[in-house]
Amino acid sequence: MSYIGKPKVTHPGLPRNKLGLTSRDYEGTVSTLCAGCGHDSITAAIIQAVFELGIEPHMLAKMSGIGCSSKTPAYFVSQSHGFNSVHGRMPSVTTGANAANRNLMYIGVSGDGDSLSIGVGQFVHAIRRNLNMCYVIENNGVYGLTKGQFSASADIGSKPKKGEPNKQEPIDPVSTALSLGATYIARSFSGDKEQLVPLIKGALMHRGFALLDIVSPCVTFNDHEGSTKSYAHTRQFYHHVVDMDYVPPAEEIKAAYNEGEAMPIQLHDGSTIVLRKVADDYDLTNRAHAFKYLRDHFEKGEICTGLLYLDESRAEMHELMGNIDTPLSELPLDSLHPGSQELKKLQSRYR
Amino acid sequence: MASVNDVVIKIGTVNGTGSASANGLLRKAIFRMGIPVVGKNYFPSNIQGLPTWYEIRVTGKGYQSRSNRVDIMVAMNAQTYAQDMAEVEPGGWLIYDSTWPRNATLNRPDITVIGIPFSRLCNEQFEGARARILMKNIAYVGAIAALLDIDLEIITGLLEETFAAKKHLIDSNMQAIRLGYDYALAHVDCPLPMRVEAMDATAGKIIIDGNTAAGLGCMYAGATVGAWYPITPSTSLMDAFRSFCSRYRVDKETGKNTYAIIQAEDELAAIGMVLGAAWNGARAFTPTSGPGISLMSEFIGFAYYAEIPSVIFDVQRTGPSTGMPTRTQQCDLLSCAFASHGDTKHVLLFPADPSECFYTAVQAFDLAERLQTPVIVMSDLDIGMNDWMIPELEWDETYVPDRGKVLGAAELEKIEKFHRYLDVDGDGIPYRTLPGVHPKGSYFTRGSGHTKYGSYTEDSAAYQDVVDRLLVKWETARAMLPKPEIRYSKFNKMGILTVGSGDGACKEALDRLAEQNIGLNYCRVKAFPFADEVKDFIDQHEVVYVVEQNRDAQLRTLLINDIESKQAKLVPLLHYNGMPINAGFVEKRVLEEIAKGQAA
Repeated sequence: MSYIGKPKVTHPGLPRNKLGLTSRDYEGTVSTLCAGCGHDSITAAIIQAVFELGIEPHMLAKMSGIGCSSKTPAYFVSQSHGFNSVHGRMPSVTTGANAANRNLMYIGVSGDGDSLSIGVGQFVHAIRRNLNMCYVIENNGVYGLTKGQFSASADIGSKPKKGEPNKQEPIDPVSTALSLGATYIARSFSGDKEQLVPLIKGALMHRGFALLDIVSPCVTFNDHEGSTKSYAHTRQFYHHVVDMDYVPPAEEIKAAYNEGEAMPIQLHDGSTIVLRKVADDYDLTNRAHAFKYLRDHFEKGEICTGLLYLDESRAEMHELMGNIDTPLSELPLDSLHPGSQELKKLQSRYR
Repeated sequence: MASVNDVVIKIGTVNGTGSASANGLLRKAIFRMGIPVVGKNYFPSNIQGLPTWYEIRVTGKGYQSRSNRVDIMVAMNAQTYAQDMAEVEPGGWLIYDSTWPRNATLNRPDITVIGIPFSRLCNEQFEGARARILMKNIAYVGAIAALLDIDLEIITGLLEETFAAKKHLIDSNMQAIRLGYDYALAHVDCPLPMRVEAMDATAGKIIIDGNTAAGLGCMYAGATVGAWYPITPSTSLMDAFRSFCSRYRVDKETGKNTYAIIQAEDELAAIGMVLGAAWNGARAFTPTSGPGISLMSEFIGFAYYAEIPSVIFDVQRTGPSTGMPTRTQQCDLLSCAFASHGDTKHVLLFPADPSECFYTAVQAFDLAERLQTPVIVMSDLDIGMNDWMIPELEWDETYVPDRGKVLGAAELEKIEKFHRYLDVDGDGIPYRTLPGVHPKGSYFTRGSGHTKYGSYTEDSAAYQDVVDRLLVKWETARAMLPKPEIRYSKFNKMGILTVGSGDGACKEALDRLAEQNIGLNYCRVKAFPFADEVKDFIDQHEVVYVVEQNRDAQLRTLLINDIESKQAKLVPLLHYNGMPINAGFVEKRVLEEIAKGQAA
């Protein structure tokens, strides 16, 4: 099957962002995923987030690996460069791309197979480098394209369509990222756009590694009774811990919050994240606390969502390496070597 | 055995005892007397405690390869004493530490054994175990200086340069030199009949290893992203790049780096980083060795199909599997030429020495960007980690980097629509764009089936159109790559064809065979796919000896496959025991093959 373009007919009344673009300008080709797939809702949330942020499409780089989730960068922002790499290797490609040009905004879309099995090595090392990117895991607990095998995020006891329930411990991307020092960690649900869009905005604008683990049910292979990644199960055990709003730089915080309930945190670009705590006792700046809270609630079968950890203080990859602000790819090559005289001089040590 | 400036000294020590700097001092001192030298390091895959050897070939004629003989053995390691003694050429010398009695059951009447009590001399002179061990090494340099008639002034000068900031080290090292030197003078008839004499054959020359030269080349080429996973014997390439960058790539105004070196979690990630960076317009590279190539293969195929410029250095070591990581071979020719699943083939460049490592590194970036494909520079442990005498490296100030067909913002503004994989010029090379330059330049990079316009496809004709166009590009590459080095005389009916580090041994063997009135023409290939000149060379001869350093005649297979050479006339001469090839081997094998032909 070939890709299908969308007709470009825009209603004159569609809202426009600060660049004068409409949300239609941030769309991609028509999705080829199953009707009702959670991934398509996430794609829609990404489109809304980048449209509202007013990101120049060509300054966004869409990175992915292999799998259903990794197909989705074709379905949003057609005017952005996309890099659909090999299975589990999106993090390394993004690391290199970011090393070459730190001025672009990077969104990587991956799945639980791509990130937690074949690509778990690259996933954890990108976190350790605090690579400045928004890393989305569209988490459905199964391999879709190969017809429904369990992935490493499947919960113990979760039932497949056919065969035995899963018996192995799942890998939880959120607690993995917490232990490795990711600086922006959130979990959400493809069916909760209201929560998801601000989380994506915050993740894109955060400086450092931002992980979004998004439960995204697979309607074909993992949406039945007994599955812990189904729409029904997720809705039943879904637990908002911290909600947030994203406020762009130079925009006043207008929404009304009850005193003591809202906590603003400023990001590096001057924008603000306003937190609305649902769970009073949750501290998203304390790694040990967050870990314990999330573990305790996981054991109760709850799916904790929202912005779960934030650290704006840690240096990202380029800062850690002490790199120049100009993108390395933009440095003129003849400025990068000391010339023929110095070559002559430096060879004296080889005599 | 008497000779001037034609002697091979081999030093057997224990790994991790600091003998490397002593051996370097000795090699440099002879070189500074104006005499060409070859330095080979035979070391174990180990940090401390195992046997290691350094071999210095003094070659007034300036030959490049190792010799297959040892004239003077310095046997400092009791563990390998028997083996070291057995290796000495009849009429040669063996020097050992006579502080302790040597194994009397081992003896050879056909060599001269010289005992010098290095440990005792150093124990009396120096305090502390570490100093005593280090100085023992320096002391044997002193003894060899006396035995070969090496100029002590030059050694002093070298020590002064090395320890410019630490005066007391110059004194203690000189003391150790004198211990060995004076003892040898007093107890042996110095110099030996095999000795050195100052000449003027090293002016304008340097001694350097290939990895250092390649790292320097990457810096001069303007590489800004280096990603790697440590692996012997390629590690020192990135070490060199880092060292040159820390000196020349720090922005004067801000004090910040104009390069990024990323130590990856494995080779799969290292090549992924290179592709990401190159896709974004940086000159990016990764150094590795055979096992790394195996791991990178999936991505190399991706880069071939998605057409991403990338530079890989394969510093080959002895395989298969882990093999012998500190021994040399040319065993990755096939795995690199066809790395990855599906129909893929890759441009290979074959430097023969550190000089070519430098220039080839620069050329590799130009070719990768021009051809939008991976370019693999096929070095090996012998070139990469041993000390070679080469002409001083030069930088051409008029060099203009070839960034290939990249459309900038102004060009994109003018065109109606950009299509990534269209063959506009008929050379099989499409135009590419860089992210972040212009909205019109956007496209989707993928390893899945795509049309010439860049979109996903499962359509047979559209798929085939693109893979057929890649063959057009392959032929464009063939015409663009470095031509072979050829020495041709119409009187010769036989030829020798080799690659990379086989060069020195073959040329020396040609000299030896010429002395026996056996004339052969010579061809050294410098790139794959092979230039037409390689095919012509083979066509011009009745027999071509294909000299290479692997068991399975991989170069020969490539020749048969790529230019449809007749199998029968390509006679394989294979050297694959892990040691660098030498002229004696090539000479002997050619003579054997000629004799076989005459007998038939």
